[in-house]
Amino acid sequence: MQQSSLKSIIYDARLRGYFYQVFILGCLAFGLWWLIDNTVTNLADRGKTVGFGFLTENAGFQISSTLGTWLFDYKVGQSSYLDVYFIGIANTFLVAVLGIAGATVLGFTVGIMRLSKNFIIRSFATVYIELLRNIPLLLQLFFWYFAVLRALPSKRDKIEIIPDVVAMNITGLYLPAPVIEPGFIYSVIAFVIAIIITLVMKSWAQKRQFETGQRFPVLWTALGLIIGLTMLTFWITGSPMNWSYPEFKMTGAILRRGFQSGSGMVLVPEMLAVWLALTLYTAAFIAEIVRAGILAVAKGQTEAAYSIGMRPGMTLRLIIIPQALRVIIPPLTSQYLNLTKNSSLAVAIAYPELVSIFAGTALNQVGKEIEMIFMMMMVYLTFSVATAAFMNWFNARVKLVER
Amino acid sequence: MTTPHKYVRTEDAPLLPPPATEAGITGWLWQNIFASMSDFQSLGAAIRSLFMILFSLLLVYLFIDQTYGLIDFAILSAVWSDPEGLKREVCWTVQQGGSLPDGWHGACWPFVWAKQKFAWFGPYPSEELWRIYLSLIVGSIGLVWALRERLPYRRQVGVLMLTLYPLLAFILLTGGNSDASFTGIGVWIIVGLALISVGRMGAAGHLGTIFAELAGIFGIVGWGIIALNVVRGIVAVDFNLTPVGTGDWGGLLITLVVALTGIVASLPLGIILALGRRSEMPVVSVLCTIFIEFWRGVPLITVLFMASVMLPLFLPAGVNFDNLLRALIGVMLFSAAYMAEVVRGGLQAIDKGQYEGAQAMGLSYWQTMRLIVLPQALTHVIPGIVNTFIGLFKDTTLVSIVGIFDLLGAGQSAIADAAWSTPVQAITIYLYIGIIFFIFCFGMSRYSIFMENKLSKSRRH
Repeated sequence: MQQSSLKSIIYDARLRGYFYQVFILGCLAFGLWWLIDNTVTNLADRGKTVGFGFLTENAGFQISSTLGTWLFDYKVGQSSYLDVYFIGIANTFLVAVLGIAGATVLGFTVGIMRLSKNFIIRSFATVYIELLRNIPLLLQLFFWYFAVLRALPSKRDKIEIIPDVVAMNITGLYLPAPVIEPGFIYSVIAFVIAIIITLVMKSWAQKRQFETGQRFPVLWTALGLIIGLTMLTFWITGSPMNWSYPEFKMTGAILRRGFQSGSGMVLVPEMLAVWLALTLYTAAFIAEIVRAGILAVAKGQTEAAYSIGMRPGMTLRLIIIPQALRVIIPPLTSQYLNLTKNSSLAVAIAYPELVSIFAGTALNQVGKEIEMIFMMMMVYLTFSVATAAFMNWFNARVKLVER
Repeated sequence: MTTPHKYVRTEDAPLLPPPATEAGITGWLWQNIFASMSDFQSLGAAIRSLFMILFSLLLVYLFIDQTYGLIDFAILSAVWSDPEGLKREVCWTVQQGGSLPDGWHGACWPFVWAKQKFAWFGPYPSEELWRIYLSLIVGSIGLVWALRERLPYRRQVGVLMLTLYPLLAFILLTGGNSDASFTGIGVWIIVGLALISVGRMGAAGHLGTIFAELAGIFGIVGWGIIALNVVRGIVAVDFNLTPVGTGDWGGLLITLVVALTGIVASLPLGIILALGRRSEMPVVSVLCTIFIEFWRGVPLITVLFMASVMLPLFLPAGVNFDNLLRALIGVMLFSAAYMAEVVRGGLQAIDKGQYEGAQAMGLSYWQTMRLIVLPQALTHVIPGIVNTFIGLFKDTTLVSIVGIFDLLGAGQSAIADAAWSTPVQAITIYLYIGIIFFIFCFGMSRYSIFMENKLSKSRRH
């Protein structure tokens, strides 16, 4: 009796499962304790303490002027390390958002070109994809930064892209900057209101179409509303925004020649290089995703749409794209995530993003490895988790409803 | 008697050639190029045709322009040799103090020839290079053998490549002769043997029911200890090779070592993680999921930063890894997480009936996995594994950011050499490195496509 009950305990899969899990948790706890114990000893040996107090200290290093430094008004010796952290995040996001926008447009274009019936267009896209995605991103980044952008005219010279408006030299790309005056906020409010009205109108128009079959020209009304209402408000409030054009001096003291600071807006070459590299590299991957997505829609769908009298444009818009998107969006999102993570490569050319200024320069000055690496990883992890949550929501939404 | 109808032919109709738009070169040209740009029936079609004409012309122009630019830069205008040993001056224009015409723009190949050994092997001692060549030759023969169909003993060669070859390469590259006490190794081997025999006795039922259950674990631990210590023993043997520290490694050698170690280590680790994630034990699956998602959620560069900055803090004082090993650990954990997701994809594709069939035959969990599920799942995801490997191969360039001179890092430090400073220095070396990477990655992606086609064919019944 005793023997058999012991046996039944040993052979009980559930109990055995518990035993293994407790055992694994024990190993994990021991491993963690070992790591933490080592770390505490090592930190004590080096005379370091753990804590986030350093965040309020003042950072004493220069950061090249970018969106982040402008947003958080960075001043050497006055801004804190927390500001540096936020500047890093802002710059990472800036280049990620710009890269995502660029890579999406280019990737969709190349992906559709790859499916073209025209041999020239098709093979051009193929060559682009194979070339770009088989060369490491870091090498491409170096190429754009050290080989291309360094070959631009010197500081005292320029290439004009649009005369007097957009120009470039080795210090960056110069664009006109908007100068916002008080009162501009009303135009922004008008813009938001127009969008809200559009959304309401769209759902009303859809409801009406389902009920009565009558269609309402939503697109034109919306465009008129958004542009018209915003421009009207802008005009009534007295055009409270001007453009500041980049100013370039050809004459005068040698050291004062070139673009003058305080006029226009400059995109530093580091950012341009990161943006170019990320866009071109990721576009090659997105193109393949788009191609696969469109090919995944069965041909019968197109034929069925034609047979009920749909025009090619409508077929594309109502039949093919919605089905292709279901296949495209999950890998596309993971490419966006990759692009954001890859923006950390910018550390190699010293674009002031998160890894570069916070885990690089600031870490060297403060020496709080654990806290700073932890803070840096949290940013990327948060972004990943947010993307994963979106993906789950999206997959649940577009999941094929089967009978 | 039938009257012949006047309207019925008495002889066969002559075979007409296919219409010009359907066959031959003209047909191909028509279908693939001109058909899309010659419809002027309506306004919309005309606009579309016009757009296609202009767009195609633009692309042709771009392609010819870029290709000619590349050929001109790399071949026609390039400087190929430096017979007088002028170094940078051989690639200077008149204006810069050299002899080339002003406005010259071409590759400076003598610079690459001068840096070639450095780009491939870094500061590895020249008289010891045969060791690298030997391990590369053995490696490529083994690899081709294992991947090539219709060669005998493929499986055995594959196993040797995964077990004996890393050991051989390690000894050849570092020189072996690491310090380890043979007595200690002997003691560990005896411990391992003891564990195995306890396991055997348990399995035979001599030690009661509890041991019968745990015998397998004892056996695995015992074999693990023995294998580890045999490796330690072999590595500690003095083969009379000059020791070469990893600090003297560099260039393509590092790229290959990091990529190959990453892939070889990440595969078993990834399999374990993937099985763990699908485990029915909540603790195991949650831990594996957290582990996988953590590494997949952060960029490799932060992992490398962490490995180089934080690893020394985590380990007991005195335990000191060299730089390369730290980066390797980071790369391994990182790629294991990606590999785990690839393997999980394969596991999900296995039909439930396979598990049930194995259970019905009385196979244990590990037997099911080893004999039934994993062989099928892994074959399924070979293309995915190769793609992960391509990604890893490209990502090895990131180690140059934490101060390890891989191919790209070696190129960057070559650019810093003032003796060769010319305006075309950077482009030349990037072109060279780009070609090397392209050959490797493109070749692997072709292999992956080939495998994909082959697998989808073999699955079609």
